[in-house]
Amino acid sequence: MEYFLLFIAAVFVNNVVLSQFLGICPFMGVSKRLDTAFGMTAAVAFVITIATIVTFLVQTYLLVPFHLEFLQTISFILIIAALVQMVEIILKKVSPPLYQALGVFLPLITTNCAILGVAILVIQKEFNLLQSVVYAFSIALGFGLALIIFAAIREQLALTKIPEGMKGAPIALITAGILAMAFMGFAGMV
Amino acid sequence: MKQNRALQTFFNGLIKENPVFVLMLGMCPTLGTTSTALNGLGMGLATTFVLFCSNMAISALKQFIPDQVRIPAFIVIIATFVTVVQMFMEAYLPALYESLGLFIPLIVVNCIVLGRAESFAAKNSVGLSFFDGVGIGLGFTLGLTLLGAIRELAGTGKLFSLTIYPEEYGALIFVLAPGAFIVLGYLIAAFNKIRKA
Repeated sequence: MEYFLLFIAAVFVNNVVLSQFLGICPFMGVSKRLDTAFGMTAAVAFVITIATIVTFLVQTYLLVPFHLEFLQTISFILIIAALVQMVEIILKKVSPPLYQALGVFLPLITTNCAILGVAILVIQKEFNLLQSVVYAFSIALGFGLALIIFAAIREQLALTKIPEGMKGAPIALITAGILAMAFMGFAGMV
Repeated sequence: MKQNRALQTFFNGLIKENPVFVLMLGMCPTLGTTSTALNGLGMGLATTFVLFCSNMAISALKQFIPDQVRIPAFIVIIATFVTVVQMFMEAYLPALYESLGLFIPLIVVNCIVLGRAESFAAKNSVGLSFFDGVGIGLGFTLGLTLLGAIRELAGTGKLFSLTIYPEEYGALIFVLAPGAFIVLGYLIAAFNKIRKA
């Protein structure tokens, strides 16, 4: 039950993009088409879960025992960058079709602040390992949900007539604002 | 001539390539930290510090960094300055540190910082990189403060915590998440209009 609540809270109530403002760049960048949105979601879910496990272990068994907590930011970002590289190399070798599908998104992920954000958040919230994994995966699903809904709206938006000055980024941001307002309806659910 | 070039670089970052309204980089802190003007200003200045320090360090070290590992090297340099800012703020500005929270360590993955390192500092002299960092940083600060001021004023009737009109008349939605997206959307539209005119 506890894990289910954690899941609902991360996906709907405190949606990572629409209420915590993490991962806005890919949210704006790859949401023009529905299929790229799916690819990005899969890549993020994959990396965020592995990255959270590794950073959690490094924090608990390396940084805390040696009193090196101030190195958190540096070590986490290096772990994530290395991990993304490694995932890319392994996928290329082990599963070429999966690499074909996720390949282009992987390099973009290093600078997705949701990854580093979640790695730091689970430490701040003092979760245990299992809670951290569930939380990281739920965050990725929440990111995917917002991204896919937004991509579907933007595909429609491309066909409508929009005032000159509002084209591009402004209308996308205002749409995201209205979507965020809709997600506020979930507040109080958990 | 040299001074001219520095000024040009500076104003380029401030207006022509304003990171918030034109380049649209670093959206996460832009939206996430601007619930009040003061938070926006604090976040902007923290990013400015990291920007010009990392710009100068990378520009000075560019001959020694092998091309293949430049991105990890840049990230380590940036992360070092972010840690400096983080520890400084925790010690001297605990209230601001508390309200910016997660977004301070996330300066590391702010696309502006890495973007300027790659596109400007890796090619130009230390002096010019300094002006570029300060210009882009202040442009970012300007955007964040403006966005924060509008949200704070519309949402709570205050400006830099000074009451302008009674709080009951404010629309709380502007301080919450949707307000961030909507205000930034209209601001970018207005900025586009002004730039074209």
